[in-house]
Amino acid sequence: MAKPQTFFEKMWNDHVIADLGDGASLLQIDRLFLHDLSGSAAIARLEESGRPINSRDQVFGVVDHLISSRPGRGPDDTASRGGVELIQSMRQLSHKYGITFFDSTDARQGIVHVVSPELGIALPGTTLVCGDSHTCTVGGVGALAWGIGSTECEHVLATQTLAQVRPKTMRINFEGEVGPGVYPKDLILYLIGEIGANGGIGYAAEFAGSAIRKMSVEGRMTICNMAIEFQAKYGFVPADDVTFDYIKGRDFAPKGHAWDEAVAYWRSLATDEHAVFDQEVTIDCARIQPQVTWGTSPQQVAGIGDRVPDPADMSDPGVRTLLERAIEYIQLRPGTPLDGVKIDAAYIGSCTNARISDLRDAAAVLKGRKVAPGVRAICVPGSSTVKRAAEAEGLDRTFRDAGFEWHESGCAMCASQGGDYFANLRVISTTNRNFEGRQGPQTRTHLASPVTVAASAIAGRIADARTVIA
Amino acid sequence: MEPFRVVKGGAAALMQTNINTDVVIRIERLTNADRSKLGRFALEALRYRADGSENPDFPFNQSKYRDAPILIAGRNFGCGSSREGAVWALMGMGLRCVIAESFGDIFYGNCFQNGMLPIRLPDSQIQMLAREAAELSGAFTVDLERSKVTTPSGRTVDFTIDPMRREALLAGLDDIGLTLARSSAIGVWQSADRLARPWVWDTGGRPAR
Repeated sequence: MAKPQTFFEKMWNDHVIADLGDGASLLQIDRLFLHDLSGSAAIARLEESGRPINSRDQVFGVVDHLISSRPGRGPDDTASRGGVELIQSMRQLSHKYGITFFDSTDARQGIVHVVSPELGIALPGTTLVCGDSHTCTVGGVGALAWGIGSTECEHVLATQTLAQVRPKTMRINFEGEVGPGVYPKDLILYLIGEIGANGGIGYAAEFAGSAIRKMSVEGRMTICNMAIEFQAKYGFVPADDVTFDYIKGRDFAPKGHAWDEAVAYWRSLATDEHAVFDQEVTIDCARIQPQVTWGTSPQQVAGIGDRVPDPADMSDPGVRTLLERAIEYIQLRPGTPLDGVKIDAAYIGSCTNARISDLRDAAAVLKGRKVAPGVRAICVPGSSTVKRAAEAEGLDRTFRDAGFEWHESGCAMCASQGGDYFANLRVISTTNRNFEGRQGPQTRTHLASPVTVAASAIAGRIADARTVIA
Repeated sequence: MEPFRVVKGGAAALMQTNINTDVVIRIERLTNADRSKLGRFALEALRYRADGSENPDFPFNQSKYRDAPILIAGRNFGCGSSREGAVWALMGMGLRCVIAESFGDIFYGNCFQNGMLPIRLPDSQIQMLAREAAELSGAFTVDLERSKVTTPSGRTVDFTIDPMRREALLAGLDDIGLTLARSSAIGVWQSADRLARPWVWDTGGRPAR
């Protein structure tokens, strides 16, 4: 009998074109996504080299990083100096080389990692890369997807391949009942708090367990999105019936006989029983309460009922210094309960948590309530498709009536490219990085789920949604 | 790409853990500066004070380390965003080699695309290198041909590096050129794959709306 294999081993083996020795392989890349921040430079450098594009039908382009989310924006509106030129050159080069391009005015525009699964371009069993570290998001549909640099983008354009060193494998089992008010974002933040921001270096991470099996594909994408936040370059949930239901009928998904063939292949990729991982981690979901970060790394996270830790309690001097620096930046005293910390702003957006289910969950909290006076609250849907779907359901009214600004889609205020909306403010945010300065100069970011962000916006302080809506 | 064989010079230590690529280069610098001009913005939050003057506590602002080509860093250096500008910025400030216990995986890969050598070493050796960098003023030597770091006091530390990447760095080879040398194998594989997995390849024929 053949040796049992993990999903990752099967995916890797099925994409090896050449063995390069010492654990490295040349892999076929099924899809490349380029975006406005770095895409045009990759095409332009290829052009300078005189090399042609290997497989232009496998290459896609979006406008997401630099485009303004301002309501009523124009096609090149951006808060970034030099951004207009980058958006325009991305457009011009995409047309020149016949790359499928979702322009800022296209009805399908949006954040690359929201758009690619929504349109059925990111598919189970495909390798997909993009010059953005959160490309692992679409591991949530059972793709093997990872973030790469600009030179690697050029490499894929020229060859439709990448040379990669094979990582080790890790399985993270989320087992047990997930409590009320606890969401996929809470699960992944809790995991990062447990294993640390470098707990996955050198690993490809498979998410498994009863909680993942029951979870929607959108929830799985939230989990996979943050694999890179514990330094697993690849994170994924092998496709199952939940995935097939999600993908069937989407624009670029296979149809008819091709669909049946693809599903049969996708099923065969599931991790075999008794397959061995280099490392396994099991998380008891029943122990997880809503999570909020208190520091400047996603690993600096605690339950909503917990307090900011005291550096004086840390025996390791390195850990102590790191903690001191984090709480100095975030301006919280050791021992402060997280529940009750006053906020200046609330943000719902990003490739982590701005899909339709996220907006529905937040709207359920906001319905019939008002954002606290003095709190600037903004919602940026993850894609124009999500925005239209939300408007069709009347969710935009709920957000606006509560006092949220309702923006156009894009990466926006996740990395401060949407403009300095949050400079010097304390913001509770559904994004994935609470790094110093990430959301603006001196912006103090607290990461949380859409429901916790909505509840906190209403309370004007970090709040436990379970008590706000009780 | 400039080959990397032997680099000799000063080393400065930044021992904070988890220095991410947002800290190495802010995203707004990437939209309005050419990649060859990012050096002055490298690590700017640590390097300059709020008024734009140099922060004297930052090692590369001290005469001893100003032109140092080697950085000794805390673990998980370069975690976060995939921006290759992080490598361009560090090279722009004169660095050719970063030594840490561990690196963000995408940053690590990006180094090799640009002739920068990232070296992984155990914590105890990192601590020893950082001590010598602080206490002594002689040069470090990073020798990729012999896979060895020599400290100012003459101690040597061996490191390992993936052989394929080592060869490419030593020769200054362009990865794309290396892969294109396998064009015929790639073509054969892709032709067979079009038949085996037609659903992967059929993405066209849908006009823009």
